[in-house]
Amino acid sequence: MSTPPTDEAATEPGGVSQSGAAPGGRTPLIELSGITKTFGGNLALEHVDLTIGSSESVGIIGDNGAGKSTLVKILSGVYRPTSGEMNLAGKKVDFHSPLDARKNGIEMIYQDLALCGDLDIAANIFLGRELKRRVGPFKFLDRDRMAEIAQNDVANLGLDLDVHREVGKLSGGERQMVAVARALQFKPRALLMDEPTAALSTEKIKKLLELIGELKTRGVSILLVSHRFTDILHVCDRVVVIRGGKVAGEMLPREHSTADAMARMTELMTGDLLENGAVH
Amino acid sequence: MSPAVMWKRFFADKGPASVNPGLIVALVVVFVVLCFTSPYFLTSTNLLNIAKALVVAGIAAAGETIVIIAGGFDLSIGSTMAASGMLSAYMLDSGFPISIAFACSILLGVLIGATNGTIISYFRVNPLITTLAMLAIIRGLAFVISDGREIVITNQTWLALGTGKFLGIPLIVLLLVALYLAFMFIIPRTTFGRYIYAIGSNARAARLAGVAVNRWLLTIYITCGATAALAGLMLAARTGNARPAAAMGFELDVITAVILGGASLKGGRGTIVGTAVGLMLLFMINNGLTLAQVPSFWQQVVKGMILLAAVLYDEIRRGRTDDT
Repeated sequence: MSTPPTDEAATEPGGVSQSGAAPGGRTPLIELSGITKTFGGNLALEHVDLTIGSSESVGIIGDNGAGKSTLVKILSGVYRPTSGEMNLAGKKVDFHSPLDARKNGIEMIYQDLALCGDLDIAANIFLGRELKRRVGPFKFLDRDRMAEIAQNDVANLGLDLDVHREVGKLSGGERQMVAVARALQFKPRALLMDEPTAALSTEKIKKLLELIGELKTRGVSILLVSHRFTDILHVCDRVVVIRGGKVAGEMLPREHSTADAMARMTELMTGDLLENGAVH
Repeated sequence: MSPAVMWKRFFADKGPASVNPGLIVALVVVFVVLCFTSPYFLTSTNLLNIAKALVVAGIAAAGETIVIIAGGFDLSIGSTMAASGMLSAYMLDSGFPISIAFACSILLGVLIGATNGTIISYFRVNPLITTLAMLAIIRGLAFVISDGREIVITNQTWLALGTGKFLGIPLIVLLLVALYLAFMFIIPRTTFGRYIYAIGSNARAARLAGVAVNRWLLTIYITCGATAALAGLMLAARTGNARPAAAMGFELDVITAVILGGASLKGGRGTIVGTAVGLMLLFMINNGLTLAQVPSFWQQVVKGMILLAAVLYDEIRRGRTDDT
């Protein structure tokens, strides 16, 4: 596990800052500056600055419609920002599609998992990046090799599943793990997760959070969008709160007691100050 | 390697591509019933008639199968068949060699498929409406250009395709077998085949995974257009003429066979082997009804009921799977 960042300069007294400043002591991996996204006349994101460091786990919270999903979709190449700049490891990037993001080492686990239920586990893990073997002038799918690698992938996640099973016939937890296995298959630099625990049992949530912790030690940066404050506080080094399409502030959970951190996150989300646990 | 493993490895990818065993059972039951109910059924002439009748629908069904697996639909195949036959007939009458005429007919099918595919994938228009419109446009144009007249085919090479035999097997049956073997080989082994299933199963997921969904859909509709054009050439070879009204309502047979073969209208499921079995089942039932001297109007009713039953079965099966 990485040590919690303690850069007080990045935060206001009490661990709350008003900008998406770089995390202390970490090399920035993803840097967003002035990201704005509009849909027709609707402003979904407005001048968002956000930095995610190497091996850092950042939690994004916000009310429904705050702009969290838009933000991760920009990072994962689903949307292009209307304006603003995105840098990856110091290099300016402009993703035109999710494939661009994946090619740059940014993997995304979508809320609905985005799996093809009629395909088997191995086909889902390699979807869009199938391994092929050449036979003369032709290229054919290397099904045996993909199945072998996929079998290792699921075994590494502690699952005892035959990768020839159809994904549509798996349980919700198993499907979640297939999505995780797919995201990890190509050794990502950053893993974006949109409400990954929404459909999981308490036991599966615990396993997933342990996995996120382990990924951080492997050097993977994590961006976790969740409604569950407890999950965020459990695994995130830093929490960024989005409100009305803007960064409302951020905090370092490990510098606070759980109750205090929850109260501050609620304050930032709602814009109201909490005193003695009551929202004004 | 055991025969069962060989079957799986050659004919089908695992999972969605497996053929429903119930379909094989239905085929065997219908076969046995017809053997006992009609003394003419099991004669070689009758079985060859079934094969010949099945061939044209079978060629078009190969393309329709991949369109339906990909979650699409193509109602324009009958019109494409008529247009393809007529184009070659006109070109032969105008002195073009048969190879050029056939190539232009296939190209016409490709163009019709490309138009369907472009409108459906890039403009996101419902495939049913798009191909229904295309059905009307192509059929109408065929009537306008020909002034409703048919062309009698005199080219012996073309006619030989419909009547010729190799080792006692009609050439068009051999063509169908070759086409199906090619599809059976390609679909489980290539990204093209895999993406047909991926797009039909969850197009959004495929797109997010980096699959160029629009481009592949275009390729799928083009393939369907090309097979329909080929079917049109074979139909003209069998009947000896090219007519603007040819293959009218042919879609019903083809789509019934594909759905009967296990392809799901919701996409993601179906096999080319299943379609082959569906075709055999449908044409055996047709043949049985003819042998039993059931009037042809009633045969239409039976076909419609089979299609409805197949779709209902798919809905029930799919609903059960979705619940798990």
